[in-house]
Amino acid sequence: MNEKILFAVLLLAPVVGFLFNGFRWKSKNYMIAGSVATGAAGISFLSALLLVSKLFGEGAPKSVSAGFFDWILVGGLQVGASFVIDHISALMVLVVTGVGTLIHLFSVGYMSHDERPSKYFAYLNLFLFNMLLLILGDNLLLMFVGWEGVGLSSYLLIGFWFSDKEKAAAGMKAFVTNRIGDAGFLLGIFTLFFLLGTVNFSEIIAKVAGMSVETGWTGPLTLAGLFLFVGAAGKSAQIPLYVWLPDAMAGPTPVSALIHAATMVTAGVYMIVRLSPMFVLAPNALLIVAIVGAATAVMAATIGLAQFDIKKVLAYSTVSQLGFMFLACGVGAFGAAMFHLITHAFFKALMFLGSGSVIHAMHEEQDIRKMGGLKKYLPITHATFFVGWIAIIGIPPFAGFFSKDEILWFAFSSPLGGFPLWFAGVVGAACTAFYMTRLMALTFWAKPRFDEKHTHPHEAGPSMAIPLIILAVLSAVGGFMGIPHVIGEILPGHPGNWLEHWLEGSIAKPEGFGHGSKVMEWALMGISVSVASLSALTAYNFYVVDPERPAKFVASLPKLHNLIYNKYFVDEIYFAKIINPIVGGSRALWAFVDVNFIDRGTFIVGDFVKGIGSTARTLQNGNLQQYAMYIAIAVAAIFLYLLEAPKRLLEIFGG
Amino acid sequence: MLSLIVFLPLLAALIVAVLPKDSWVRPTAFVLAALQFLFSLALLAQYDPSTPALQLTEYRPWIEELGISYFLGIDGISLWLVLLTTFLLPVVIGGSWTAIDKRSKLFHASLFVLQTAMLGSFVAMDLVLFYVFFELSLVPMYFIVGIWGGARRIYATMKFFIYTMLGSLLMLLAIIYLMFTAQEVLPSHQMTANILELYKLDIPFIAGQFLNPQTLLFFAFSAAFAIKVPMFPVHTWLPDAHVEAPTPGSVVLAGVMLKMGSYGFLRFVIPLFPEAAEHYAWVFLFLGVVGILYGALVAMVQPDIKKLVAYSSVSHMGYVMMGLFALNTYGVTGSIYQMLNHGVSTGALFLLVGMIYERTHSREIDKYGGLAKVMPIYTILFFIVTLSSIAVPMTNGFIGEFLILLGSFQASKFFGIWAVVGVVLGAVYMLWMFKRVFFGEAGELVKDEHHPLRDLGKREIAVMAPLIVLIFWMGLLPNHFLKYSKVSIEHLVETKDAYQLAALDAEGRTVVFETPAKPILKPLDSVTTRVAGVEAK
Repeated sequence: MNEKILFAVLLLAPVVGFLFNGFRWKSKNYMIAGSVATGAAGISFLSALLLVSKLFGEGAPKSVSAGFFDWILVGGLQVGASFVIDHISALMVLVVTGVGTLIHLFSVGYMSHDERPSKYFAYLNLFLFNMLLLILGDNLLLMFVGWEGVGLSSYLLIGFWFSDKEKAAAGMKAFVTNRIGDAGFLLGIFTLFFLLGTVNFSEIIAKVAGMSVETGWTGPLTLAGLFLFVGAAGKSAQIPLYVWLPDAMAGPTPVSALIHAATMVTAGVYMIVRLSPMFVLAPNALLIVAIVGAATAVMAATIGLAQFDIKKVLAYSTVSQLGFMFLACGVGAFGAAMFHLITHAFFKALMFLGSGSVIHAMHEEQDIRKMGGLKKYLPITHATFFVGWIAIIGIPPFAGFFSKDEILWFAFSSPLGGFPLWFAGVVGAACTAFYMTRLMALTFWAKPRFDEKHTHPHEAGPSMAIPLIILAVLSAVGGFMGIPHVIGEILPGHPGNWLEHWLEGSIAKPEGFGHGSKVMEWALMGISVSVASLSALTAYNFYVVDPERPAKFVASLPKLHNLIYNKYFVDEIYFAKIINPIVGGSRALWAFVDVNFIDRGTFIVGDFVKGIGSTARTLQNGNLQQYAMYIAIAVAAIFLYLLEAPKRLLEIFGG
Repeated sequence: MLSLIVFLPLLAALIVAVLPKDSWVRPTAFVLAALQFLFSLALLAQYDPSTPALQLTEYRPWIEELGISYFLGIDGISLWLVLLTTFLLPVVIGGSWTAIDKRSKLFHASLFVLQTAMLGSFVAMDLVLFYVFFELSLVPMYFIVGIWGGARRIYATMKFFIYTMLGSLLMLLAIIYLMFTAQEVLPSHQMTANILELYKLDIPFIAGQFLNPQTLLFFAFSAAFAIKVPMFPVHTWLPDAHVEAPTPGSVVLAGVMLKMGSYGFLRFVIPLFPEAAEHYAWVFLFLGVVGILYGALVAMVQPDIKKLVAYSSVSHMGYVMMGLFALNTYGVTGSIYQMLNHGVSTGALFLLVGMIYERTHSREIDKYGGLAKVMPIYTILFFIVTLSSIAVPMTNGFIGEFLILLGSFQASKFFGIWAVVGVVLGAVYMLWMFKRVFFGEAGELVKDEHHPLRDLGKREIAVMAPLIVLIFWMGLLPNHFLKYSKVSIEHLVETKDAYQLAALDAEGRTVVFETPAKPILKPLDSVTTRVAGVEAK
């Protein structure tokens, strides 16, 4: 079929869904709303599949694209509404529409009791449309449109139950924190535009091809890279802008799965991968990306150790996993970042939906201290969650193992990496294994800690089960798209690394990337798997075998626990050191500058003029002699002025 | 054509004034304003966007001895401002249907007179004529705020009047100086206030020295326009005027009158005094960026919604000033677009604030809360306008703000970066207000379940509809608008150092200004010439 039509269907199906549900927002019929929205997402997925299929086969083009209309044409800035599917955006568009459709489907069951399902599904479709703009736009500006658009949809969905003040506040926090990132993104666009004269991805890549690696900190590419990374850190919840994501869990759980785990929050990683040819020329910018990524991976994972809200645990886990992706970008392993982005979308969407199923069954209870033993009540949820759990802690051959291990290997072996980055990654992985096992144990295993007589948790219908099962299968086998060579060699049939091959030529690699001894690779793989397993076993021991131990252990480290339990007090610090001073300072500005200074100044000028007036009145007292004197003074002054004054004035005030 | 557009409202004012019944006033006024808007749309058909020349000009000598003429013309810089003005009037009349309940005849007549004054300022191409319209606009506004305003209306009108008059006086002096200079140096030796003739002056400028003709004239004109915009630190009349003004007054004030200031910079200040504009651009970039940040911060802590919107205007007009003094295509284009955006979205915000005020007689943010549950349609409309105000892509606000930031960044990285910070603050103050008014539990004014607040009625939705359509239209297809201004903007930016405009009459013929055979007034003697040292280009 015609590519342009397919692109139009792909992009507009969610718009139609949005408008349909948007205009019947009062309707409580969740079946109609949900079917239309899910159908729209499904149609997008199918069109995406058809478009991506054009990239396969002998002599297939490297990309398919379509332009619709001119958007901004001012001076050298020529931006059209043009879209492209190349080897990078193909992966992303399939993940987003595919996982997106599953989550729409899940929502039909999940939102069946809600008051305003039509509005919910309208927002969900709006999100999907903006996400597609972000992914498919062939230039930075269009990506920015989607970028802010997904932020807006996220704001609407986080604050979906807006009557609750906390939830409304969480929405605003997300939007504003993202805006800080967006400001950085804008500056990045400006820097690149004035350097290269274009915002188009393919032109940017063509133009940087001839440029050399920047070594300092103030080169234009390094600055552009750092600015863009601020944008990425906002959207993808990295230090210091990650604080909005845990609060974003106030939204309905499928939203957390779709927006705050699988798709939107990975946009920052996607952006850096898209611009990898530019980023490899700015190794100092990449260094910052790697350090921030590694630090976030560790910090968020440690916070996850001590949370009791099932969604908060998953939220900090997401922040941490995004940190891993940035770590990969930072060491130049853009392919590994993409790989982990995809597998993470599978297993984290799975676990969020699983947690949704748990919360649904437990009547909106999110505290894992009040769960336990749910395995026998929710067998499907447990089984699928179990797959997600093995996948994320990195047990072969589940998806997370391959992608996380690739990141750790490159963090060690890349010329931009090194031991400290690898070590941070391993610590993060160990924590991940611990908190995920803890979550499994407290939720599904151990003994029930809720009143079994009154609460009878049970599985919801097929609309919630089907997505879980599909995602579980993907989490189990998704890793096979990127089998590392050392493993491929010893397997029957010698499978190659499909993903690496697919991305060949689309992403850049830093100088000297991809070398390292096979023995080392095996050894590190062994270390990370054993560390993760040990960590998981310890957690199992803590929370299943000997449930008394965690309390004792925590009691032995009260200060550390307090620090972690309270998330390092980051929110409190932001409030005390940044937000409150700004608000207080603004009140002071208003009171002092506007009211006291400027207005009073105006009145002083007024009084002064009045004063002159009354003084002048005394001059006109009818005394002729005085008048004569004034005239004499005036004439003298005029003479002086005409003769000398201009010159003097020029001397006094001149240059 | 232009004369008709300018003076039809005056006729409308007369018609309204002689209507026999008060109940006829509103419908008649609305129909007349709507017809006027439809008529003004003919400009789009007549306007040729391929030339920067002044078009549809009309020239009649007025006070020949002083070279003052009745000279109207339009180009890509003023075209959309004229249409914005004619567009907003029917919206305003529709929006104040129930808000103005006393002396509606006088009120609508004032609105129409104001309309003439504003349209006149945008198309007058003679400095004195411009000055007349510019000042004339104060009078009806004075009445609108002074008669139909709030409790402190007298204080507010006085402040507004005095501030503006101060600036205008300086401008008047500068205009007189320019006219004499023209007589000195132009080949005709004829005094003139014709702006096309004055563009030909090459007024001496000495960099690094304050007391030279161009710099002084530059600052005299700038003072008048900066107060009108208003630019930090001469903005304090605006919040007071807005808070006291009735809704239609606020809409017209923010929507159109402020643009008379920013338009003045484009039409007069930059092309007449290009060296000074370039040399002192940093002053305006600086004050612009301070205005953006200051306006946003102070808006954030306002307890009164209307005052918040007023301070947000200070912030938005800060962007406009930055764009103008970026002096490049991106900045100037963004500025012009932002003027229109601001007219649409701030106009819409004031209308919305007016609608809720009519219901509760309060604008105190803390007394609201939970409005989204009670008035869902109102909430949706308010939210869309909020998006436009904080420049979310696909709304009009984004195009203007993006281009301005791009232009400012090109002109100065330092100021550009600080302006981008304003983007964050913009989201903060709007969304914080939105959260406190619409979300959370029902507030004091909202929770009375026996008398729930009415959601918007059909008339109110109809008033908002065109504004909402424009927000998305201008955001998605900015070229529909910008293509008319493109050539004029590029011409200004590229040739501002030797700016000239040709004039075409309604048939597209070039107009040549006749000069009388001999000057009527004698040239001043050599003193001024020596001091000014002015030469013709």
